[in-house]
Amino acid sequence: MPTISEKILAEKSGEKKVEPGKIIEVEVDYVMVNDVTGLPAFEVFEKFRTKPKREKIILIPDHYVPNKDIASAEQARAMREFAQKYEIKNYFEVGRGGVCHQLMIEEGFVAPGRLIAGADSHTCSYGALGSFATGIGSTEAAAIMATGKLWFRVPETQKFIVEGKLNRYVMGKDIILHIIGNIGVDGSLYKAMEFYGSTISGLSLSDRITISNMTIEAGGKTGIIPPDKRVFNYLKGRVRGNYREVYSDPDAIYSEKFEYNAEDIVPTVAKPSLPENTAPASELGNIEIDQAYLGSCTNGRIEDLRIAAEILKGKKIKEGVRMIVVPASKRIFEQAMEEGLIKIFMNADAYVSGPTCGACLGGYMGVLAKDEICISSTNRNFIGRMGHKDSKVYLANPAVVAASAITGRITDPNELE
Amino acid sequence: MTIRKKIKGRIWKFGDNIDTDQIIPAEYLVTGDPEELGKHAFEKVRPEFVNKVRKGDIIVAEKNFGCGSSREHAPRALIGAGISCVVAKSFARIFYRNSINIGLPVVECSVKARDGDDLEIDFEKGIIGNMNTKEQYEFLPLPPFLLNLINSGGLVGYVKKQLKK
Repeated sequence: MPTISEKILAEKSGEKKVEPGKIIEVEVDYVMVNDVTGLPAFEVFEKFRTKPKREKIILIPDHYVPNKDIASAEQARAMREFAQKYEIKNYFEVGRGGVCHQLMIEEGFVAPGRLIAGADSHTCSYGALGSFATGIGSTEAAAIMATGKLWFRVPETQKFIVEGKLNRYVMGKDIILHIIGNIGVDGSLYKAMEFYGSTISGLSLSDRITISNMTIEAGGKTGIIPPDKRVFNYLKGRVRGNYREVYSDPDAIYSEKFEYNAEDIVPTVAKPSLPENTAPASELGNIEIDQAYLGSCTNGRIEDLRIAAEILKGKKIKEGVRMIVVPASKRIFEQAMEEGLIKIFMNADAYVSGPTCGACLGGYMGVLAKDEICISSTNRNFIGRMGHKDSKVYLANPAVVAASAITGRITDPNELE
Repeated sequence: MTIRKKIKGRIWKFGDNIDTDQIIPAEYLVTGDPEELGKHAFEKVRPEFVNKVRKGDIIVAEKNFGCGSSREHAPRALIGAGISCVVAKSFARIFYRNSINIGLPVVECSVKARDGDDLEIDFEKGIIGNMNTKEQYEFLPLPPFLLNLINSGGLVGYVKKQLKK
């Protein structure tokens, strides 16, 4: 009867079966921290006066590196020194890595059936490969570094089914925005989300990662897609160690079921200041933009760059608008160069940078001024998320971001055809 | 660290979906120090907060408080600002966990209140009283595991005990 989450949590807690609501202690397979959440974790860890479970620890500087200022330089150094002091191999220095969630997947840490905790809320991204993965705090990360274990409340699971063929320029981003628009930013609070249906199984891994990535924007604890051949093929020659895929039982008990028709989903935008404020991109009216941002753990993969490049090829970004393109990892950047995508972006007058989370959270490399508007392929449009409190962020898929950069206003790419 | 049996404090009232970017904007995430973070709490949305907040003040909010980022800097900033407890209709789960783990009391309860009202919280009895409206509200105590965790000194104390075993 168990769902995927219940099966993984039972296995990792050493129990035969766990029921929703129960608090259990589980063995965590991997714990990841970034440069922002790492520093407080290292400070807490030192209080334990113990050796870390170094094979479980992954350290990825990505938020404020390359260092944005002296304070962030000190913070990044704290991570580097922690890695050296405890001989932690899995530390990914600037120029060798990228945005943490993309890197966790590329580097083969993520695999079906694993339980992964990360001190970053978008750790739920790994559910796209069949992991139970969830965001935690820094003190919790330190606890796992010391003991390998952490407590969790077993969540209820909601089932989301999407059936049918997707419309042109509709991506994983639109599916998850459509769902969040329907259930709200607390629609999955404390719960696990599982995704099924022909639309989901037809999606690229990249689109699936986008869906799992944004389950936290509905309050979800994790967002799992049953792994299939696409996942197994991706993992060949990449995955570290063995893994065993986990599926829910046919009679698994879900707290709720939601069904959607792919035909009803159009290129969608989440208006400020919550991801639930969704509307079709074609119905927004004339919203002029100052910045178009393409990147992040949500939509900074090669598939995202390809569709944006397809739209931008031979075109110029509208005068008065700036476009920023940030491939989510070194590998993606290299691939984009090999495929000629970087040249297309530069010919269109986009600014291309190496991987960093900077702009997505209003840190640096694309901060918005008062009253500026950004169309962004990221995951959050909270008040002041990307800069000044009176700046505004509209969330959309990479095709909408590219089309809007050309017209200078939020645009459904179907309009350009 | 243990939860005090009873606390009283002046209320700061917030609405739905107060996200962690509002609680502590990302540009200040270059330290884990509660005092330092507390200087910038709610800076973008309620700039008066840091100047007027007093030690022991209580936040009362509606649904989904603390949504968004996993940054533990958010509850740390509230502790640094002197907040003694957050009462909300519901909490985002990472914020909730972080608060319990580092010793910021959080209570899930729907309370009617206005800025400046005085609130009394009895953790033992599970009762909240708004001293201004005289209304009372009941809440469920934390499950035994979490109470034990808090009474062990938060997650740090709990882990220290585990390591000794």
